Amino acid sequence: MNGGLLTALIFLPLIGALFILMQSEERAIWNSAFIFSLLPLALSFYVLAEFNPHVAEYQLAEQYDWIPAFGITYHIGIDGISLFLVLLTTILITLSLLYSGGGDIEERPREFCFFMLVLETGLLGALLSVDLFLFYIFWEVMLIPMYFLIGMWGHGRKIYAAIKFVLFTAVGSLLMLVAILYLVYSAHEHFNRTSFDLPLLYQVPLTVTEGRWLFAAFALAFAIKVPMWPVHTWLPDAHTNAPTAGSVILAGVMLKMGTYGFLRFAVPLFPTVAVEAIPLFMALAIIGIIYGALVAMMQPDLKRLIAYSSVSHMGFVMLGIFALNPEGVDGAIYQMLNHGVSTGGLFLLVGMLYMRRHTREISEFGGLWKRVPVYAAVFMVVMLSSIGLPGLNGFVGEFLIMLGAFLRIRLAAVFAVVGVILGALYMLWTYERVMFGPITRAVNETIGDLTGREIAVMAPVIALMLFMGLFPRPLISRIEPSVTAMLARANVAQARLELERQPNRLAALSPARQISNRKPEMAAAAR
Amino acid sequence: MSPFNLAAINFVWLPILPLVVVTVAAMAVLLAGVRVDDSESEGLGLLTLASLAVAFVFTLGILGQYGVAFAGAISVDSFSAFFELVILIAAMFTVMMSLDYAAENRIPGAEYYSLLLFSVLGMMLMAAAGDLIVIFLGLETMSITVYVLAGIMRRNAKSNEAAIKYFLLGAFSTGFLLYGIALVYGATGTIKLGPIHDALASGAMGSNPLLLAGIGMMVIGFGFKVAAVPFHMWAPDVYEGAPTPVTAFMAVGVKLAAFAAFIRVFMVDFASVGAHWQTVLWVIAALTMTGGNLIAVVQTNIKRMLAYSAIAHAGYLLLGMAAGVRSGPAILYYLLGYTFTNLGAFSVVIALERRGEAGNQISDFRGLAARQPLLAGAMAIFLLSLTGVPPMAGFVGKFYIFSEALHQGYVGLVIIAVLNSVVSAYYYFYVLVAMYMQEGGVEVERLSARPALVAAVGLAALATILIGVYPQPYIASAANAFHSASGAEGSHSAALEP
Repeated sequence: MNGGLLTALIFLPLIGALFILMQSEERAIWNSAFIFSLLPLALSFYVLAEFNPHVAEYQLAEQYDWIPAFGITYHIGIDGISLFLVLLTTILITLSLLYSGGGDIEERPREFCFFMLVLETGLLGALLSVDLFLFYIFWEVMLIPMYFLIGMWGHGRKIYAAIKFVLFTAVGSLLMLVAILYLVYSAHEHFNRTSFDLPLLYQVPLTVTEGRWLFAAFALAFAIKVPMWPVHTWLPDAHTNAPTAGSVILAGVMLKMGTYGFLRFAVPLFPTVAVEAIPLFMALAIIGIIYGALVAMMQPDLKRLIAYSSVSHMGFVMLGIFALNPEGVDGAIYQMLNHGVSTGGLFLLVGMLYMRRHTREISEFGGLWKRVPVYAAVFMVVMLSSIGLPGLNGFVGEFLIMLGAFLRIRLAAVFAVVGVILGALYMLWTYERVMFGPITRAVNETIGDLTGREIAVMAPVIALMLFMGLFPRPLISRIEPSVTAMLARANVAQARLELERQPNRLAALSPARQISNRKPEMAAAAR
Repeated sequence: MSPFNLAAINFVWLPILPLVVVTVAAMAVLLAGVRVDDSESEGLGLLTLASLAVAFVFTLGILGQYGVAFAGAISVDSFSAFFELVILIAAMFTVMMSLDYAAENRIPGAEYYSLLLFSVLGMMLMAAAGDLIVIFLGLETMSITVYVLAGIMRRNAKSNEAAIKYFLLGAFSTGFLLYGIALVYGATGTIKLGPIHDALASGAMGSNPLLLAGIGMMVIGFGFKVAAVPFHMWAPDVYEGAPTPVTAFMAVGVKLAAFAAFIRVFMVDFASVGAHWQTVLWVIAALTMTGGNLIAVVQTNIKRMLAYSAIAHAGYLLLGMAAGVRSGPAILYYLLGYTFTNLGAFSVVIALERRGEAGNQISDFRGLAARQPLLAGAMAIFLLSLTGVPPMAGFVGKFYIFSEALHQGYVGLVIIAVLNSVVSAYYYFYVLVAMYMQEGGVEVERLSARPALVAAVGLAALATILIGVYPQPYIASAANAFHSASGAEGSHSAALEP
């Protein structure tokens, strides 16, 4: 229909993966993997150029029959919600491969690159699917390479972590599969045709009980992936034991699949239940924010610390999503990108440290500032971005989220601020212990500063942080239309709920009473 | 249909041509093998393979034909053709696995291959049966030959144990089936499937105690053959003890044949009295899935693990049966994917196996990915398919069965099934752990000298992916096959539209 641009984007990495299987020379493997990650990267920027920022619907869509017996189509498209997550994926995969080729992965590079590229196909496919069956396929497909990445190139209790990761995710996804099937069945009852197409499924009328159960199944699958407290326990194990590239992709992109799932499926499919569930999810998000921050503060291991900080940051994203107003949701999507860039950056930096010292214990370091000034400076920028310093990307997202939360439930914003303060606290304290003070270990006297390749890996990360911190407008303006369209469904549900609660107040239906009537310009002005 | 009608006789020979080919081949192999040394039986194997291929081509000819033959003893429809084709595929794979295995382990080739062919004959009879007696005949032909095949390694104690156990329990279960057939005959006054269907559909039977007892007995009889909990006790020991190609043949071929007859009798002819047996199957399905998966978790021997996994898969299939007529096509499709996946997995097990017992422990798979990346990759495909990970055939099969069951309101059973899939992920992935994340294990020898085995692994892997990625034609033929069975004996077509 339009040259199969998105299809090429999804399957180029897979072709690259198969191509790499035929290589045997190590240098050739790394080079071809890097080139095959550059192709989708270039393509994703071309998609960005082609993307029409004023359209809320799916763009560049393609739809073909796949399994007509089940009404399953190969339907893909891109909109403002998925656009930048696609870019994030292609960027982080490229950087991870560039980094891993520099000595981090020494064993079986062919399989490593194969799984990384298959993972990229899975991630991009899940982001671009419009057909629920197709989405589920890619959702499961991305699980397998990550399992191998953790289990084959991880450290410590890697097998335990890999299996735990699979089992946690599988419980959620299989229950979601049952919910998908039930939803399709209801659609069949109502429209008398079997279809997994998302736009059609949005219109399925469900009873209140059905809606609650289905929402619960979807929400569980996505909450495990996010991960929300209290189903987050797989994350610290997976992160701590994964290889650096695995952690980068896991934190940078895969966790976003959970929040993306809420935005794309759980909330718009069941808007009424989502509106009802606002207090519950905001409470869980806040518990996650504060719990994650407190636990992170006490971690002796750098990777575990970042893992728990992810729990905290992803809590912010959930808070923004369940504010269910443009500010909150825009902020949540922005924060998803921020977290991908900054946490990805942090994991890369810890990986670089680990390559030099083969330990991640905070107590093993101290005074590194004097030995490795460039590293320390880069670390400083990435850490400040993670904290949310104005001028860097983290600030924009957190600010919008707190604005959204404030407009929804004021108390929630108060707790979120506590989380921000705690975040600054543990990050700065960690930085102090690693970088400042006297050098306590003799081995630290000999470690070298960043290599050229490592600078090449980190430079785009820093550039993104500055760009996204200073110029949020080009991103937000592309995100906004799709978010508004998505929220319109929640608004209708909200109005209907209020009408049910106060049947005599027909005024509830007027636009003024909808969730948020603030114009995008106001949100921009508030910045 | 009068047996003296010449036109009818002309008609009836064609549909059983594949059966004739297999029978003649079995006798020819036996005769040809008189002078063949046990260690040089490859030639006999190739002869067997060729005759199976001929039977396969003839069976393709039946597709689309429609009716009954031999005065109703044989059903001619796409249902029997579908199962015959899949059974022949399973048999061909078994032969490909056996070529070197039989010679290396000095298994008497003539007996081995002709017994295999006779058992294929029994299986195809079960698939094509038009009355209960032919089902029983097919079942006995299949079972007795498989008892012998399980014990064909005469000097191996475990092989002997397997044969004896299988024989004793199998004979016992056959008694149940036969008694059930007799009671159903007593209740309906006929052994022909079509008239039984009509008698039950008329509603005159009600809950006739003879009929109910008969159905119950038949559930037990078939339950034994498909290894459903609580009739599964024989399976693990027999699977472990039997020569590995025979194990593969039992796990796939016997299961296919038993399900062919089970589905035809219950989902087509007993469909109108579904209320009497669907609840029973609900319970059996839940027990089978859960029992099979939970016990599989603690296995250390790969053949035992695959045995329990086969039990678990029988549970998913029974789920489809319990959910009623609509799931019929889904069950057929699932069996097709299961056939290739399981045969592939057993082929890899054979590749690792050496004379004696070595190579059968899961720990023997350690480090396989580093030494034999392609073999390990194929095994990974099979394990992922068994787990039900897209885009493999196993996923679409589960998806299809679960979705049809859900459409018929069996939400509880489907939830039990998906939770079971999570449990199964644990033990299937444990083999992946051994292959990819651990070191040690056994060396794979002379893989290049065993082209048939390599071909079996490769073809099974390709089929597992192909049937999963592009399922439409297979879904269509499964649906067509199932509907032709129910259409041949009248009615239901209204309930069957997708």
